[in-house]
Amino acid sequence: MTGKGIRLELTLNGKRQVATDVPANTSLLGALRDHFGLPGAKNACEQGECGSCTVFLDGTPVCSCLVAAGQAQGAAVGTVEGLADEDGLSLVQQAFVTAGAVQCGFCTPGFLMVVRDLQLRARGRTIINLDDDEVREALAGNLCRCTGYEKVIDAVRAALADPDVPRRSVGASG
Amino acid sequence: MTVTTSTPVHKGIGGSPLRPDGTLKVTGEFAYSSDLWAEGMLYGSTLRSPHPRARIVRIDTSAAAAMAGVHAVLTSADIPGKKTYGLIADDCPVLAIDEVRYHGEPVAVVAADDLDTARRAAKAIVVEYEVLEPVSDMRRAAFDAESPRVHADRADNIVRYQPVRRGNPDAADLQDRVAVVVTREYEVGMQDQAFLGPESGLAIPTEDGGVDLHVATQWLHVDQEQMAPCLALPPEKVQLTLAGVGGAFGGREDLSMQIHASMLALRTKRPVKMVYDRRESFFGHVHRHPALMKYTHAADADGRLVYAKAQLLLDGGAYASTTDAVVGNAASLGIGPYECDDVLIEAYGLYTNNPPCGAMRGFGAVQACFAYESQMDEVAAALGMDPVEIRRINAVKEGSILPTGQRIEGPAPLREILDELVTMPMPPEPSLPEPGEPEPRTRVPGERWELPPGGYGNTTRGEGVRRGVGYGVGIKNICYSEGFDDFSTARVRLEISGGEPIASVHTAAAEVGQGLVTLQAQIARTELGVDHAVVLPADTQVGSAGSSSASRQSYMTGGAVKTACEAVRMEVIELARRKFPELLSDDESWSDIHLADGALHLGAGVATGARLLARLSDVLGTDVVEATREYHHRRTNPLDPETGQGDSHVQFAMAAHRAVVDVDVELGLVHVVQMDVVQDVGKILNRLSLEGQIQGGTAQGLGLALMEEIQTRDGLVRNPSFTDYLIPTILDMPPLNMRILEFADPNSPYGLRGAGEPPTLSSTPAIVAAVRAACGRPLRRIPLRPEQIALVEGYGDEGGEEDV
Repeated sequence: MTGKGIRLELTLNGKRQVATDVPANTSLLGALRDHFGLPGAKNACEQGECGSCTVFLDGTPVCSCLVAAGQAQGAAVGTVEGLADEDGLSLVQQAFVTAGAVQCGFCTPGFLMVVRDLQLRARGRTIINLDDDEVREALAGNLCRCTGYEKVIDAVRAALADPDVPRRSVGASG
Repeated sequence: MTVTTSTPVHKGIGGSPLRPDGTLKVTGEFAYSSDLWAEGMLYGSTLRSPHPRARIVRIDTSAAAAMAGVHAVLTSADIPGKKTYGLIADDCPVLAIDEVRYHGEPVAVVAADDLDTARRAAKAIVVEYEVLEPVSDMRRAAFDAESPRVHADRADNIVRYQPVRRGNPDAADLQDRVAVVVTREYEVGMQDQAFLGPESGLAIPTEDGGVDLHVATQWLHVDQEQMAPCLALPPEKVQLTLAGVGGAFGGREDLSMQIHASMLALRTKRPVKMVYDRRESFFGHVHRHPALMKYTHAADADGRLVYAKAQLLLDGGAYASTTDAVVGNAASLGIGPYECDDVLIEAYGLYTNNPPCGAMRGFGAVQACFAYESQMDEVAAALGMDPVEIRRINAVKEGSILPTGQRIEGPAPLREILDELVTMPMPPEPSLPEPGEPEPRTRVPGERWELPPGGYGNTTRGEGVRRGVGYGVGIKNICYSEGFDDFSTARVRLEISGGEPIASVHTAAAEVGQGLVTLQAQIARTELGVDHAVVLPADTQVGSAGSSSASRQSYMTGGAVKTACEAVRMEVIELARRKFPELLSDDESWSDIHLADGALHLGAGVATGARLLARLSDVLGTDVVEATREYHHRRTNPLDPETGQGDSHVQFAMAAHRAVVDVDVELGLVHVVQMDVVQDVGKILNRLSLEGQIQGGTAQGLGLALMEEIQTRDGLVRNPSFTDYLIPTILDMPPLNMRILEFADPNSPYGLRGAGEPPTLSSTPAIVAAVRAACGRPLRRIPLRPEQIALVEGYGDEGGEEDV
């Protein structure tokens, strides 16, 4: 496909990045994985059903398999590779490891992005009173085949049990 | 419950150290098989049959081969060696030979510069088919002499027929004791493993004419064993390395793209990567056998089973895969963990032109479990008994004889499991709206308002919602059965690096998500008394570990690592004896030395007055101690083909579930409110991983009960996508309360019992029983459909006999 592709410019995990020769029919997921060297977003269904390819597109979590690469031209894209910093794993990442929410881990990058979004919304007070039922609603678009989700909930409770998050009903199930 | 005697070691056996691959998995750096890349690599694509049964009249690859960017187009004529393979019988063509036998069977493969070109080239291959009538009804396949044969060279469509005969259920003197007889028919649909990481791998040709394959699989050596003859290579020229595995659940036992990518790499002399998309994945691996089962249970007035009869038909699809062994499980465990002296079980595995079926978590025991547990409920209902009580009365225990004549060695604590289960707290009563109250009711923050069946948004106002409670019990064999020696091999090395002792463990065992990689290091820490243990990548440079299947890796590879560590320990002690003979006085024995905290101690445990003798760093110095050991479980025997008698299984594991459900009896929708599970695991090796297995297994059982089915019509697969094949989401899964029992098995490493599969068995019948309790309908086919549940006249009435 050489010579037929587009030039794609993204602000990727905070850095300006360019890929040339990206085939026009490529999804954002395909572009990230095959042209920007970021395979963290996963290719489990490529139909928008499983959430394993979730990335931030201009601050909103999206299924990157459903976004054409060209639609992301010039946009800010955040992937799982951008969650950790020099100080180490983010709170959300550490919570998933510690809680045992990672088994095969194929769904994990997608969950992490959605939970990161929840965390940001909780801090911004655009959501309050996150209890288990609401966490379940929020994560209903992400499939996991290994864990039965129980330890994912544990991880989310831990990740949201942040001093800056209203604590009253966090983790309450009854 | 047994008392743990070993001294706990930091991050050793019994602890819950975190996964060594956890950080890589949360940063996106963990390399799954679909993430691999090599300089100059090509992409492979597969052309698959659109028909379940057809003769191939002609294949024309010329247009595809002529396309720019296409490097190879291969058909069965291009297979370098043997043209078929298989795990038990080698009846599966690498690429279709003259005939296709299932929808999606691989016909040709292509390698091209990029995936898009490879896919377009595959579509450009012209195949002329003569379409034949498919064999899609397993009853016909089994018993209709007029049915076409799926394999023309076979006398019938039966892969395996295995009866199990014990006593005589037709004996006249039994009839006096019989108070109730229940005969019912049950059906199980075709479940898919639906692992999230699609089949994928990277084949790299080597300078010596061989191939290196990096692949997601469950058993590297059995892949190698099947691949080498087809590639016309000696096994040592086919080397495999485990790539990151995105779940397995049995679906990676059979080969998928392994030979195809290797053929293309050998032909093009370039690395070739193949990655299935989700649709192709549904065609690219075997599924769980659909089953038709007819059961008769007779019990006396006290609820004790008098006799049982079962006929199980299991649809193996077009090729044998592991159907043989699935039949063995279904037959030998056909009436479950219950004592009964007069039993006839007949299990058939069949060839049809439906998708091939083979291994999935629970492996033949799942289908039978749904039927025998439903039967236990029916018998209880007929006698007016409590469903838990009838299970307690008939429960096996240590020393019980199974219908195969096998005596259960070691604890079989089903009664204890049930007794524990009934003590677990029930959820609060449903807080549904009062009649006339506006809906949905305003929710008080912090107060749990149960998700209604069908979700918050679009269904019931609550009037037709009824609650039900159900129980399910399951028994699963652990390790391979029927005489198979599925040994495992471990190489363990102990050396000093930077002044600290380091143990490295090398096995070929596939980490598929279950946490084996964590456990191997735990065992090394415990056995060698070191803090630092690393697990090397799994590959074929070390002996076979057997499959990550049958809940067997903790037992078998765990056993191998433990045994190799013991050999290393003995050598270390021998080294110490040679270097420092003065360490012990004449009345002390070198055999009393233990390794702990990076040192040799006389006696076990500081609390018992152990004496520090020497640091490992001083004993080893620059010496490296290494040992490779195989671990074999105790021998088992085949089932007699006529009587089904034989000590066929290594170990048994049991779990029990209670399910609480809300059912909208008008719309036929189910919401599982809570599940509770009790499982005996012999010994907890890593609680965090273990809980994850029980939770995940429960979820897959819920999926089978309520939603998961590959729909086929006349052999055609109708729903190969996550849009239409539904697996449980986080909203479908209820809170799961868990109690774990430790009745140590005297014959297994650390007393452990395999744990991954039993919860998948018992979850399903518990949920179905709860739905039955709520709606009062028979529900003899799973997954349940709304029209079976809804109390609408004329809908959901099922066939089959009522009372006999």
